[in-house]
Amino acid sequence: MPDRRRITRWLGRTLLYVLLLFFAGLTAVPFIWMVTSAFKAKEDFFSSLFLPGGHGFLGVAWDRLTLGNFRRLFHVLPMARSLLNSIFLASTCSLFATLCGAMGGYGLSKFHFRARGWLTTLVLGTAVLPMPLLLAPRFELIYHLHLLDTYAGYLLPQLAPAFGVFLFRQAMLNHVPAEIVESARLDGCGEIRIFFTLVLPLVRPMIGAFIIITFLGVWNDFIGPQIIIQTTERLPLAVTLASMQNNYGTDYGLLMAGTLVSVAPIICLFLLLQKEFISGLTSGTVKG
Amino acid sequence: MKSARPHPAWVPWFFLGPFLLLFAVFFAWPLARAAVLSFEQTYGPGVVVFIGLRNATFLLRDPLFWTAFKNTVIFTVGSLLVQMPAALGLALLLNRPSLKGRHWFRLVFFSPALIGIVFAATLATLVFEKQTGLINYALHSLFHRWDPDFPWLDDYLMTSLILAALWLYAGFNMVYFLAALQNVPAEQIEAASIDGANAWQRFWHVTLPAIRPVGGFIVLLSVAGSFQIFVLPYVMFLRTGGGGPHDRGLTIVMYLYKTGFLAGDLGYASAIGWVLTILLVGIVLLHRRLTRGEEF
Repeated sequence: MPDRRRITRWLGRTLLYVLLLFFAGLTAVPFIWMVTSAFKAKEDFFSSLFLPGGHGFLGVAWDRLTLGNFRRLFHVLPMARSLLNSIFLASTCSLFATLCGAMGGYGLSKFHFRARGWLTTLVLGTAVLPMPLLLAPRFELIYHLHLLDTYAGYLLPQLAPAFGVFLFRQAMLNHVPAEIVESARLDGCGEIRIFFTLVLPLVRPMIGAFIIITFLGVWNDFIGPQIIIQTTERLPLAVTLASMQNNYGTDYGLLMAGTLVSVAPIICLFLLLQKEFISGLTSGTVKG
Repeated sequence: MKSARPHPAWVPWFFLGPFLLLFAVFFAWPLARAAVLSFEQTYGPGVVVFIGLRNATFLLRDPLFWTAFKNTVIFTVGSLLVQMPAALGLALLLNRPSLKGRHWFRLVFFSPALIGIVFAATLATLVFEKQTGLINYALHSLFHRWDPDFPWLDDYLMTSLILAALWLYAGFNMVYFLAALQNVPAEQIEAASIDGANAWQRFWHVTLPAIRPVGGFIVLLSVAGSFQIFVLPYVMFLRTGGGGPHDRGLTIVMYLYKTGFLAGDLGYASAIGWVLTILLVGIVLLHRRLTRGEEF
Protein backbone atom coordinates (compact mmCIF):
# COMPACT_ATOMS: atom_id res chain seq x y z
CA MET A 1 0.00 0.00 0.00
CA PRO A 2 2.65 2.65 0.88
CA ASP A 3 4.39 1.64 -2.37
CA ARG A 4 1.39 2.53 -4.45
CA ARG A 5 1.11 5.84 -2.67
CA ARG A 6 4.73 6.62 -3.41
CA ILE A 7 4.20 5.89 -7.07
CA THR A 8 1.16 8.16 -7.35
CA ARG A 9 3.09 10.92 -5.61
CA TRP A 10 6.00 10.45 -7.96
CA LEU A 11 3.65 10.50 -10.94
CA GLY A 12 2.00 13.67 -9.68
CA ARG A 13 5.32 15.43 -9.29
CA THR A 14 6.50 14.38 -12.74
CA LEU A 15 3.25 15.55 -14.27
CA LEU A 16 3.65 18.90 -12.48
CA TYR A 17 7.13 19.43 -13.90
CA VAL A 18 6.07 18.33 -17.38
CA LEU A 19 3.21 20.82 -17.30
CA LEU A 20 5.38 23.64 -16.01
CA LEU A 21 8.10 22.98 -18.56
CA PHE A 22 5.52 22.87 -21.33
CA PHE A 23 4.01 26.23 -20.39
CA ALA A 24 7.43 27.78 -19.78
CA GLY A 25 8.45 26.57 -23.25
CA LEU A 26 5.35 28.12 -24.81
CA THR A 27 6.10 31.43 -23.09
CA ALA A 28 9.76 31.46 -24.02
CA VAL A 29 9.52 30.20 -27.60
CA PRO A 30 8.70 33.61 -29.15
CA PHE A 31 11.84 35.04 -27.51
CA ILE A 32 14.03 32.22 -28.82
CA TRP A 33 12.48 32.67 -32.23
CA MET A 34 13.17 36.40 -32.07
CA VAL A 35 16.85 35.90 -31.25
CA THR A 36 17.44 33.30 -33.97
CA SER A 37 15.44 35.30 -36.54
CA ALA A 38 17.52 38.40 -35.93
CA PHE A 39 20.59 36.57 -37.24
CA LYS A 40 18.90 35.02 -40.25
CA ALA A 41 19.03 36.17 -43.85
CA LYS A 42 15.72 36.80 -45.63
CA GLU A 43 15.74 33.65 -47.75
CA ASP A 44 16.25 31.36 -44.72
CA PHE A 45 12.90 32.33 -43.23
CA PHE A 46 11.10 30.05 -45.64
CA SER A 47 13.38 27.06 -45.12
CA SER A 48 13.74 26.91 -41.34
CA LEU A 49 11.86 27.80 -38.17
CA PHE A 50 14.76 28.60 -35.88
CA LEU A 51 18.29 28.15 -37.22
CA PRO A 52 18.93 27.07 -40.82
CA GLY A 53 19.83 23.39 -41.11
CA GLY A 54 23.18 22.31 -42.53
CA HIS A 55 26.29 20.28 -41.83
CA GLY A 56 27.84 22.37 -39.07
CA PHE A 57 27.94 21.64 -35.32
CA LEU A 58 24.55 20.30 -34.08
CA GLY A 59 23.29 20.16 -37.65
CA VAL A 60 23.08 23.90 -38.02
CA ALA A 61 24.47 25.88 -40.94
CA TRP A 62 26.28 28.38 -38.73
CA ASP A 63 27.93 30.02 -41.70
CA ARG A 64 24.52 31.08 -43.04
CA LEU A 65 23.90 33.26 -39.99
CA THR A 66 24.51 36.93 -40.57
CA LEU A 67 24.95 40.22 -38.79
CA GLY A 68 23.53 41.95 -41.85
CA ASN A 69 20.26 42.85 -40.13
CA PHE A 70 22.09 44.67 -37.35
CA ARG A 71 24.42 46.34 -39.83
CA ARG A 72 21.47 47.72 -41.78
CA LEU A 73 19.73 48.72 -38.58
CA PHE A 74 22.65 50.91 -37.51
CA HIS A 75 24.02 52.07 -40.86
CA VAL A 76 20.93 52.57 -43.00
CA LEU A 77 18.30 53.25 -40.34
CA PRO A 78 18.60 55.76 -37.47
CA MET A 79 18.60 52.99 -34.85
CA ALA A 80 21.71 54.20 -33.00
CA ARG A 81 20.17 57.63 -32.63
CA SER A 82 16.87 56.19 -31.41
CA LEU A 83 18.70 54.08 -28.87
CA LEU A 84 20.49 57.16 -27.52
CA ASN A 85 17.19 59.10 -27.50
CA SER A 86 15.51 56.36 -25.46
CA ILE A 87 18.39 56.20 -23.00
CA PHE A 88 18.37 59.98 -22.61
CA LEU A 89 14.60 60.31 -22.19
CA ALA A 90 14.24 57.37 -19.81
CA SER A 91 17.13 58.36 -17.55
CA THR A 92 16.30 62.07 -17.40
CA CYS A 93 12.69 61.34 -16.70
CA SER A 94 13.28 58.67 -14.06
CA LEU A 95 15.72 60.93 -12.20
CA PHE A 96 13.59 64.07 -12.10
CA ALA A 97 10.22 62.36 -11.73
CA THR A 98 11.60 60.45 -8.74
CA LEU A 99 12.92 63.65 -7.17
CA CYS A 100 9.64 65.44 -7.80
CA GLY A 101 7.62 62.50 -6.49
CA ALA A 102 9.76 62.06 -3.37
CA MET A 103 9.61 65.76 -2.55
CA GLY A 104 5.85 65.79 -3.07
CA GLY A 105 5.36 62.67 -0.97
CA TYR A 106 7.45 64.23 1.80
CA GLY A 107 5.42 67.42 1.66
CA LEU A 108 2.16 65.50 1.95
CA SER A 109 3.22 63.09 4.70
CA LYS A 110 5.46 64.87 7.20
CA PHE A 111 3.94 68.33 7.58
CA HIS A 112 0.70 69.61 9.02
CA PHE A 113 -0.98 72.35 7.07
CA ARG A 114 -4.53 73.18 6.26
CA ALA A 115 -4.69 72.23 2.59
CA ARG A 116 -3.15 68.80 3.17
CA GLY A 117 -6.35 66.79 3.28
CA TRP A 118 -7.91 67.91 0.04
CA LEU A 119 -4.54 68.00 -1.76
CA THR A 120 -4.04 64.34 -0.91
CA THR A 121 -7.54 63.49 -2.16
CA LEU A 122 -6.90 65.43 -5.35
CA VAL A 123 -3.62 63.64 -6.07
CA LEU A 124 -5.15 60.25 -5.37
CA GLY A 125 -8.22 61.05 -7.44
CA THR A 126 -6.33 62.00 -10.56
CA ALA A 127 -4.02 59.00 -10.29
CA VAL A 128 -6.96 56.78 -11.22
CA LEU A 129 -8.17 58.86 -14.20
CA PRO A 130 -7.85 57.06 -17.54
CA MET A 131 -4.90 58.58 -19.38
CA PRO A 132 -6.57 58.55 -22.84
CA LEU A 133 -8.94 61.27 -21.61
CA LEU A 134 -6.04 63.70 -21.24
CA LEU A 135 -4.43 62.95 -24.62
CA ALA A 136 -6.33 65.51 -26.68
CA PRO A 137 -6.34 68.50 -24.27
CA ARG A 138 -2.71 67.96 -23.34
CA PHE A 139 -1.72 67.85 -26.98
CA GLU A 140 -3.55 71.13 -27.51
CA LEU A 141 -1.79 72.66 -24.50
CA ILE A 142 1.64 71.59 -25.69
CA TYR A 143 0.83 73.02 -29.11
CA HIS A 144 -0.05 76.38 -27.55
CA LEU A 145 3.11 76.34 -25.41
CA HIS A 146 5.09 75.86 -28.65
CA LEU A 147 6.57 72.67 -27.25
CA LEU A 148 5.45 70.26 -29.99
CA ASP A 149 8.33 68.20 -31.37
CA THR A 150 10.54 69.03 -28.37
CA TYR A 151 11.74 66.80 -25.55
CA ALA A 152 10.46 69.36 -23.04
CA GLY A 153 6.97 68.90 -24.44
CA TYR A 154 7.19 65.18 -23.89
CA LEU A 155 9.05 65.19 -20.57
CA LEU A 156 7.41 67.97 -18.55
CA PRO A 157 4.03 66.20 -18.10
CA GLN A 158 5.87 63.04 -17.04
CA LEU A 159 7.70 64.87 -14.26
CA ALA A 160 4.54 65.28 -12.16
CA PRO A 161 3.85 61.68 -11.18
CA ALA A 162 0.68 61.71 -9.06
CA PHE A 163 1.10 57.99 -8.54
CA GLY A 164 4.71 58.52 -7.45
CA VAL A 165 3.69 61.13 -4.87
CA PHE A 166 1.20 58.62 -3.52
CA LEU A 167 3.81 55.84 -3.32
CA PHE A 168 6.38 58.05 -1.60
CA ARG A 169 3.77 59.38 0.79
CA GLN A 170 3.01 55.80 1.86
CA ALA A 171 6.71 54.92 2.15
CA MET A 172 7.43 58.00 4.28
CA LEU A 173 4.45 57.43 6.56
CA ASN A 174 5.76 53.91 7.20
CA HIS A 175 9.51 54.37 7.32
CA VAL A 176 10.30 57.93 8.41
CA PRO A 177 9.63 58.49 12.13
CA ALA A 178 8.55 62.05 12.92
CA GLU A 179 10.93 62.17 15.92
CA ILE A 180 14.00 61.90 13.70
CA VAL A 181 12.92 64.87 11.61
CA GLU A 182 12.00 66.86 14.70
CA SER A 183 15.23 66.22 16.56
CA ALA A 184 17.28 67.13 13.49
CA ARG A 185 15.32 70.36 13.33
CA LEU A 186 16.09 71.01 17.02
CA ASP A 187 19.77 70.48 16.29
CA GLY A 188 19.51 73.29 13.80
CA CYS A 189 19.68 71.18 10.67
CA GLY A 190 18.30 72.95 7.57
CA GLU A 191 15.06 71.72 6.02
CA ILE A 192 16.64 70.82 2.68
CA ARG A 193 19.49 68.98 4.37
CA ILE A 194 17.01 67.03 6.50
CA PHE A 195 15.27 65.85 3.34
CA PHE A 196 18.36 64.79 1.43
CA THR A 197 20.53 63.35 4.19
CA LEU A 198 17.93 61.95 6.61
CA VAL A 199 14.64 61.27 4.86
CA LEU A 200 15.72 60.01 1.44
CA PRO A 201 18.07 57.29 2.76
CA LEU A 202 15.19 55.89 4.82
CA VAL A 203 13.05 55.28 1.74
CA ARG A 204 15.85 53.98 -0.46
CA PRO A 205 13.97 50.82 -1.60
CA MET A 206 11.10 52.95 -2.87
CA ILE A 207 13.54 55.22 -4.70
CA GLY A 208 15.05 52.22 -6.49
CA ALA A 209 11.66 50.79 -7.37
CA PHE A 210 10.28 54.09 -8.60
CA ILE A 211 13.33 54.90 -10.72
CA ILE A 212 12.91 51.52 -12.36
CA ILE A 213 9.19 51.76 -13.06
CA THR A 214 9.61 55.25 -14.49
CA PHE A 215 12.56 54.18 -16.64
CA LEU A 216 10.61 51.22 -17.93
CA GLY A 217 7.49 53.32 -18.49
CA VAL A 218 9.33 55.87 -20.62
CA TRP A 219 11.37 53.25 -22.49
CA ASN A 220 8.19 51.41 -23.41
CA ASP A 221 5.99 54.47 -23.92
CA PHE A 222 4.61 54.66 -27.41
CA ILE A 223 1.63 56.99 -27.51
CA GLY A 224 3.34 59.94 -25.78
CA PRO A 225 6.29 60.37 -28.16
CA GLN A 226 4.15 59.28 -31.12
CA ILE A 227 1.91 62.30 -30.55
CA ILE A 228 4.41 64.92 -29.37
CA ILE A 229 7.59 64.18 -31.32
CA GLN A 230 7.63 64.37 -35.10
CA THR A 231 11.22 64.65 -36.33
CA THR A 232 12.59 61.18 -37.16
CA GLU A 233 15.95 61.85 -35.50
CA ARG A 234 14.29 62.68 -32.19
CA LEU A 235 12.12 59.56 -31.93
CA PRO A 236 12.72 56.95 -29.22
CA LEU A 237 12.97 53.24 -30.01
CA ALA A 238 9.30 52.41 -29.46
CA VAL A 239 8.10 54.79 -32.17
CA THR A 240 10.97 54.02 -34.54
CA LEU A 241 10.25 50.31 -34.33
CA ALA A 242 6.53 50.78 -34.96
CA SER A 243 7.23 52.94 -38.01
CA MET A 244 9.68 50.30 -39.25
CA GLN A 245 6.72 47.92 -39.28
CA ASN A 246 5.04 50.31 -41.66
CA ASN A 247 7.98 50.69 -44.00
CA TYR A 248 9.78 47.35 -43.72
CA GLY A 249 6.82 45.15 -42.80
CA THR A 250 8.03 42.08 -44.65
CA ASP A 251 11.66 42.39 -43.63
CA TYR A 252 11.35 39.95 -40.73
CA GLY A 253 15.06 39.73 -39.93
CA LEU A 254 15.38 43.48 -39.70
CA LEU A 255 12.30 43.84 -37.49
CA MET A 256 13.45 41.07 -35.16
CA ALA A 257 16.93 42.58 -34.90
CA GLY A 258 15.30 45.92 -34.07
CA THR A 259 13.12 44.33 -31.40
CA LEU A 260 16.11 42.52 -29.94
CA VAL A 261 18.14 45.74 -29.72
CA SER A 262 15.16 47.46 -28.06
CA VAL A 263 14.51 44.88 -25.37
CA ALA A 264 18.09 43.77 -24.66
CA PRO A 265 18.92 46.76 -22.39
CA ILE A 266 15.74 46.18 -20.36
CA ILE A 267 16.48 42.48 -19.95
CA CYS A 268 20.06 43.26 -18.84
CA LEU A 269 18.74 45.80 -16.32
CA PHE A 270 16.24 43.25 -15.09
CA LEU A 271 18.85 40.55 -14.53
CA LEU A 272 20.93 43.06 -12.56
CA LEU A 273 18.09 44.45 -10.43
CA GLN A 274 15.53 41.66 -10.17
CA LYS A 275 14.28 42.39 -6.67
CA GLU A 276 13.64 46.08 -7.23
CA PHE A 277 11.94 45.25 -10.51
CA ILE A 278 9.34 42.89 -9.13
CA SER A 279 8.53 45.11 -6.17
CA GLY A 280 8.44 48.12 -8.48
CA LEU A 281 6.17 46.56 -11.07
CA THR A 282 3.70 45.26 -8.55
CA SER A 283 3.86 48.16 -6.09
CA GLY A 284 0.85 50.30 -5.49
CA THR A 285 -1.53 48.13 -7.44
CA VAL A 286 -1.71 45.63 -4.61
CA LYS A 287 -1.99 47.19 -1.23
CA GLY A 288 -0.25 46.03 1.90
CA MET B 1 9.38 69.54 24.15
CA LYS B 2 7.23 68.56 21.22
CA SER B 3 7.44 70.97 18.26
CA ALA B 4 9.65 73.25 20.32
CA ARG B 5 10.91 74.46 17.01
CA PRO B 6 8.19 74.06 14.38
CA HIS B 7 9.02 74.22 10.72
CA PRO B 8 8.39 77.53 8.97
CA ALA B 9 5.11 77.64 7.05
CA TRP B 10 6.78 77.70 3.63
CA VAL B 11 8.55 74.34 4.03
CA PRO B 12 5.80 71.94 2.85
CA TRP B 13 5.05 74.26 -0.08
CA PHE B 14 8.70 74.26 -1.03
CA PHE B 15 8.70 70.46 -1.28
CA LEU B 16 5.31 70.26 -2.96
CA GLY B 17 6.03 73.20 -5.25
CA PRO B 18 7.62 71.55 -8.31
CA PHE B 19 5.06 68.76 -8.32
CA LEU B 20 2.06 71.04 -7.79
CA LEU B 21 3.15 73.44 -10.51
CA LEU B 22 3.59 70.72 -13.13
CA PHE B 23 0.49 68.95 -11.90
CA ALA B 24 -1.63 72.08 -12.26
CA VAL B 25 -0.34 72.80 -15.75
CA PHE B 26 -0.27 69.29 -17.24
CA PHE B 27 -3.07 67.49 -15.34
CA ALA B 28 -5.56 69.85 -13.75
CA TRP B 29 -5.73 72.28 -16.67
CA PRO B 30 -6.04 69.60 -19.40
CA LEU B 31 -8.71 67.88 -17.32
CA ALA B 32 -10.75 71.06 -17.10
CA ARG B 33 -10.07 71.74 -20.76
CA ALA B 34 -11.24 68.21 -21.69
CA ALA B 35 -14.65 69.06 -20.28
CA VAL B 36 -14.99 72.15 -22.49
CA LEU B 37 -13.30 70.54 -25.48
CA SER B 38 -15.97 67.87 -25.72
CA PHE B 39 -18.45 70.61 -26.72
CA GLU B 40 -16.15 71.82 -29.47
CA GLN B 41 -14.89 70.74 -32.86
CA THR B 42 -11.29 71.34 -33.87
CA TYR B 43 -9.39 71.23 -37.12
CA GLY B 44 -5.96 70.42 -35.76
CA PRO B 45 -5.01 72.03 -32.43
CA GLY B 46 -5.21 75.59 -33.80
CA VAL B 47 -8.79 76.03 -35.04
CA VAL B 48 -11.61 75.55 -32.52
CA VAL B 49 -15.38 75.89 -33.08
CA PHE B 50 -18.06 75.58 -30.40
CA ILE B 51 -20.70 73.06 -31.46
CA GLY B 52 -22.56 72.42 -28.21
CA LEU B 53 -24.04 68.96 -27.76
CA ARG B 54 -23.46 67.88 -31.32
CA ASN B 55 -20.44 65.69 -30.39
CA ALA B 56 -22.62 63.80 -27.93
CA THR B 57 -25.54 63.33 -30.29
CA PHE B 58 -23.25 62.33 -33.14
CA LEU B 59 -21.37 59.87 -30.94
CA LEU B 60 -24.54 58.03 -29.95
CA ARG B 61 -25.31 57.36 -33.62
CA ASP B 62 -21.72 56.95 -34.84
CA PRO B 63 -21.46 53.41 -36.27
CA LEU B 64 -17.66 53.44 -35.99
CA PHE B 65 -17.81 54.24 -32.30
CA TRP B 66 -20.22 51.37 -31.71
CA THR B 67 -17.96 49.05 -33.71
CA ALA B 68 -15.06 50.11 -31.52
CA PHE B 69 -17.18 49.65 -28.41
CA LYS B 70 -18.30 46.18 -29.48
CA ASN B 71 -14.74 45.12 -30.34
CA THR B 72 -13.45 46.39 -27.01
CA VAL B 73 -16.14 44.49 -25.09
CA ILE B 74 -15.42 41.29 -27.08
CA PHE B 75 -11.72 41.66 -26.35
CA THR B 76 -12.29 42.40 -22.67
CA VAL B 77 -14.59 39.43 -22.10
CA GLY B 78 -12.55 37.02 -24.23
CA SER B 79 -9.32 38.12 -22.61
CA LEU B 80 -10.77 37.74 -19.12
CA LEU B 81 -12.08 34.25 -19.84
CA VAL B 82 -8.70 32.87 -20.95
CA GLN B 83 -6.46 35.07 -18.85
CA MET B 84 -7.80 34.51 -15.34
CA PRO B 85 -7.89 30.69 -15.43
CA ALA B 86 -4.42 30.67 -17.03
CA ALA B 87 -2.93 33.04 -14.46
CA LEU B 88 -4.56 31.25 -11.52
CA GLY B 89 -3.57 27.86 -12.94
CA LEU B 90 0.07 28.87 -13.25
CA ALA B 91 0.01 30.33 -9.75
CA LEU B 92 -1.45 27.10 -8.33
CA LEU B 93 1.20 25.02 -10.10
CA LEU B 94 3.95 27.25 -8.75
CA ASN B 95 2.57 27.60 -5.23
CA ARG B 96 4.73 24.91 -3.62
CA PRO B 97 7.76 26.00 -1.66
CA SER B 98 9.41 22.63 -2.33
CA LEU B 99 9.23 23.06 -6.09
CA LYS B 100 12.66 23.00 -7.73
CA GLY B 101 13.39 25.92 -10.04
CA ARG B 102 10.32 27.80 -8.79
CA HIS B 103 12.15 31.08 -9.08
CA TRP B 104 13.12 30.40 -12.70
CA PHE B 105 9.65 29.34 -13.76
CA ARG B 106 8.24 32.52 -12.26
CA LEU B 107 10.83 34.56 -14.12
CA VAL B 108 10.00 32.92 -17.45
CA PHE B 109 6.24 33.38 -17.06
CA PHE B 110 6.71 36.98 -16.01
CA SER B 111 9.19 37.88 -18.76
CA PRO B 112 6.73 38.96 -21.52
CA ALA B 113 5.30 41.64 -19.19
CA LEU B 114 8.77 43.06 -18.85
CA ILE B 115 9.36 44.07 -22.44
CA GLY B 116 7.35 47.01 -23.69
CA ILE B 117 4.01 46.53 -25.40
CA VAL B 118 5.29 47.96 -28.69
CA PHE B 119 8.13 45.47 -28.74
CA ALA B 120 5.92 42.59 -27.68
CA ALA B 121 3.36 43.61 -30.31
CA THR B 122 6.00 43.70 -33.05
CA LEU B 123 7.09 40.23 -32.05
CA ALA B 124 3.47 39.04 -31.92
CA THR B 125 2.75 40.40 -35.40
CA LEU B 126 5.57 38.36 -36.88
CA VAL B 127 4.59 35.31 -34.83
CA PHE B 128 1.10 35.39 -36.42
CA GLU B 129 2.41 36.07 -39.94
CA LYS B 130 1.42 33.76 -42.82
CA GLN B 131 3.96 31.22 -44.13
CA THR B 132 7.01 32.35 -42.14
CA GLY B 133 5.29 33.20 -38.85
CA LEU B 134 6.20 31.05 -35.87
CA ILE B 135 2.70 29.65 -35.35
CA ASN B 136 1.79 28.87 -38.95
CA TYR B 137 5.25 27.47 -39.69
CA ALA B 138 5.31 25.28 -36.59
CA LEU B 139 1.73 24.03 -37.01
CA HIS B 140 2.32 23.27 -40.69
CA SER B 141 5.48 21.29 -39.93
CA LEU B 142 3.71 19.34 -37.18
CA PHE B 143 0.43 18.74 -39.02
CA HIS B 144 0.81 18.87 -42.76
CA ARG B 145 -2.84 19.58 -43.25
CA TRP B 146 -2.51 22.91 -41.44
CA ASP B 147 -2.79 25.76 -43.93
CA PRO B 148 0.42 27.84 -43.74
CA ASP B 149 -1.62 30.79 -44.99
CA PHE B 150 -3.97 30.67 -42.00
CA PRO B 151 -5.18 34.29 -41.71
CA TRP B 152 -4.44 35.00 -38.03
CA LEU B 153 -4.19 38.73 -38.57
CA ASP B 154 -7.21 38.99 -40.88
CA ASP B 155 -10.19 36.73 -40.27
CA TYR B 156 -9.02 35.65 -36.82
CA LEU B 157 -7.63 38.95 -35.61
CA MET B 158 -9.58 39.02 -32.35
CA THR B 159 -8.32 35.52 -31.48
CA SER B 160 -4.76 36.64 -32.22
CA LEU B 161 -5.21 39.74 -30.11
CA ILE B 162 -6.55 37.76 -27.16
CA LEU B 163 -3.74 35.19 -27.48
CA ALA B 164 -1.10 37.93 -27.66
CA ALA B 165 -2.58 39.59 -24.57
CA LEU B 166 -2.60 36.22 -22.82
CA TRP B 167 1.09 35.76 -23.54
CA LEU B 168 1.81 39.32 -22.38
CA TYR B 169 -0.18 39.48 -19.15
CA ALA B 170 -0.78 35.95 -17.84
CA GLY B 171 2.53 35.98 -15.96
CA PHE B 172 1.84 39.43 -14.59
CA ASN B 173 -1.53 38.36 -13.16
CA MET B 174 0.08 35.14 -11.96
CA VAL B 175 2.33 37.19 -9.64
CA TYR B 176 -0.77 38.74 -8.04
CA PHE B 177 -2.46 35.37 -7.66
CA LEU B 178 0.72 33.94 -6.10
CA ALA B 179 0.64 36.75 -3.56
CA ALA B 180 -3.04 36.04 -2.89
CA LEU B 181 -2.35 32.34 -2.37
CA GLN B 182 -0.02 33.24 0.51
CA ASN B 183 -3.15 34.24 2.42
CA VAL B 184 -4.76 30.81 2.19
CA PRO B 185 -4.56 29.36 5.72
CA ALA B 186 -2.49 26.17 5.56
CA GLU B 187 -4.33 24.69 8.58
CA GLN B 188 -7.63 24.82 6.75
CA ILE B 189 -6.18 22.97 3.75
CA GLU B 190 -4.72 20.36 6.09
CA ALA B 191 -7.97 20.01 8.00
CA ALA B 192 -9.90 19.55 4.76
CA SER B 193 -7.34 17.01 3.65
CA ILE B 194 -7.73 15.03 6.86
CA ASP B 195 -11.50 15.14 6.44
CA GLY B 196 -11.01 13.36 3.13
CA ALA B 197 -11.49 16.24 0.71
CA ASN B 198 -9.79 15.64 -2.63
CA ALA B 199 -7.67 18.22 -4.44
CA TRP B 200 -10.60 19.64 -6.39
CA GLN B 201 -12.79 19.98 -3.30
CA ARG B 202 -9.95 21.62 -1.38
CA PHE B 203 -9.51 24.12 -4.21
CA TRP B 204 -13.23 24.82 -4.56
CA HIS B 205 -14.14 25.09 -0.87
CA VAL B 206 -10.98 26.42 0.79
CA THR B 207 -8.57 28.05 -1.67
CA LEU B 208 -11.04 29.82 -3.91
CA PRO B 209 -13.05 31.54 -1.13
CA ALA B 210 -9.78 32.65 0.49
CA ILE B 211 -8.44 34.33 -2.66
CA ARG B 212 -11.80 35.69 -3.81
CA PRO B 213 -11.30 39.30 -2.64
CA VAL B 214 -7.88 39.68 -4.26
CA GLY B 215 -9.18 37.79 -7.28
CA GLY B 216 -11.96 40.33 -7.65
CA PHE B 217 -9.41 43.10 -7.57
CA ILE B 218 -7.27 41.41 -10.25
CA VAL B 219 -10.37 41.02 -12.43
CA LEU B 220 -11.16 44.71 -11.98
CA LEU B 221 -7.62 45.76 -12.95
CA SER B 222 -7.68 43.48 -15.95
CA VAL B 223 -11.07 44.76 -17.17
CA ALA B 224 -10.03 48.40 -16.70
CA GLY B 225 -6.79 47.71 -18.59
CA SER B 226 -8.54 45.83 -21.40
CA PHE B 227 -11.00 48.67 -21.91
CA GLN B 228 -8.07 51.00 -22.56
CA ILE B 229 -6.16 48.69 -24.87
CA PHE B 230 -4.52 50.59 -27.70
CA VAL B 231 -0.89 49.87 -28.51
CA LEU B 232 -1.20 46.11 -28.93
CA PRO B 233 -3.93 46.18 -31.63
CA TYR B 234 -2.52 49.38 -33.13
CA VAL B 235 0.84 47.77 -33.86
CA MET B 236 -0.54 44.33 -34.71
CA PHE B 237 -2.97 45.71 -37.29
CA LEU B 238 -0.74 48.49 -38.67
CA ARG B 239 -0.45 46.72 -41.97
CA THR B 240 -4.16 46.05 -42.32
CA GLY B 241 -5.16 49.69 -42.16
CA GLY B 242 -4.89 50.39 -38.45
CA GLY B 243 -8.16 48.78 -37.43
CA GLY B 244 -7.83 45.54 -39.29
CA PRO B 245 -10.10 44.62 -42.20
CA HIS B 246 -13.54 46.27 -41.86
CA ASP B 247 -12.33 47.82 -38.57
CA ARG B 248 -12.86 44.54 -36.78
CA GLY B 249 -9.81 45.30 -34.65
CA LEU B 250 -10.69 48.91 -33.88
CA THR B 251 -10.84 49.61 -30.12
CA ILE B 252 -12.22 52.63 -28.25
CA VAL B 253 -8.85 54.25 -27.52
CA MET B 254 -7.68 53.48 -31.06
CA TYR B 255 -10.73 55.33 -32.37
CA LEU B 256 -9.98 58.20 -29.99
CA TYR B 257 -6.42 58.35 -31.29
CA LYS B 258 -7.50 58.25 -34.94
CA THR B 259 -10.13 60.96 -34.46
CA GLY B 260 -7.89 63.28 -32.49
CA PHE B 261 -4.51 62.84 -34.12
CA LEU B 262 -5.12 61.54 -37.64
CA ALA B 263 -8.38 63.35 -38.41
CA GLY B 264 -7.44 66.27 -36.15
CA ASP B 265 -10.71 66.64 -34.22
CA LEU B 266 -9.57 66.99 -30.62
CA GLY B 267 -13.12 67.88 -29.55
CA TYR B 268 -14.66 64.63 -30.68
CA ALA B 269 -11.65 62.76 -29.28
CA SER B 270 -12.36 64.32 -25.87
CA ALA B 271 -16.00 63.29 -26.12
CA ILE B 272 -14.86 59.69 -26.73
CA GLY B 273 -12.50 60.10 -23.77
CA TRP B 274 -15.40 61.06 -21.51
CA VAL B 275 -17.47 58.09 -22.63
CA LEU B 276 -14.50 55.86 -21.82
CA THR B 277 -14.18 57.48 -18.39
CA ILE B 278 -17.90 57.02 -17.68
CA LEU B 279 -17.69 53.36 -18.74
CA LEU B 280 -14.73 52.82 -16.41
CA VAL B 281 -16.45 54.53 -13.49
CA GLY B 282 -19.46 52.30 -14.17
CA ILE B 283 -17.24 49.21 -14.05
CA VAL B 284 -15.69 50.29 -10.75
CA LEU B 285 -19.13 50.95 -9.22
CA LEU B 286 -20.40 47.59 -10.46
CA HIS B 287 -17.35 45.90 -8.96
CA ARG B 288 -17.97 47.61 -5.62
CA ARG B 289 -21.56 46.50 -5.69
CA LEU B 290 -20.63 42.90 -6.41
CA THR B 291 -17.90 42.72 -3.79
CA ARG B 292 -19.71 44.70 -1.12
CA GLY B 293 -18.60 43.84 2.37
CA GLU B 294 -15.46 42.03 1.27
CA GLU B 295 -12.21 43.44 2.58
CA PHE B 296 -8.66 42.51 1.89
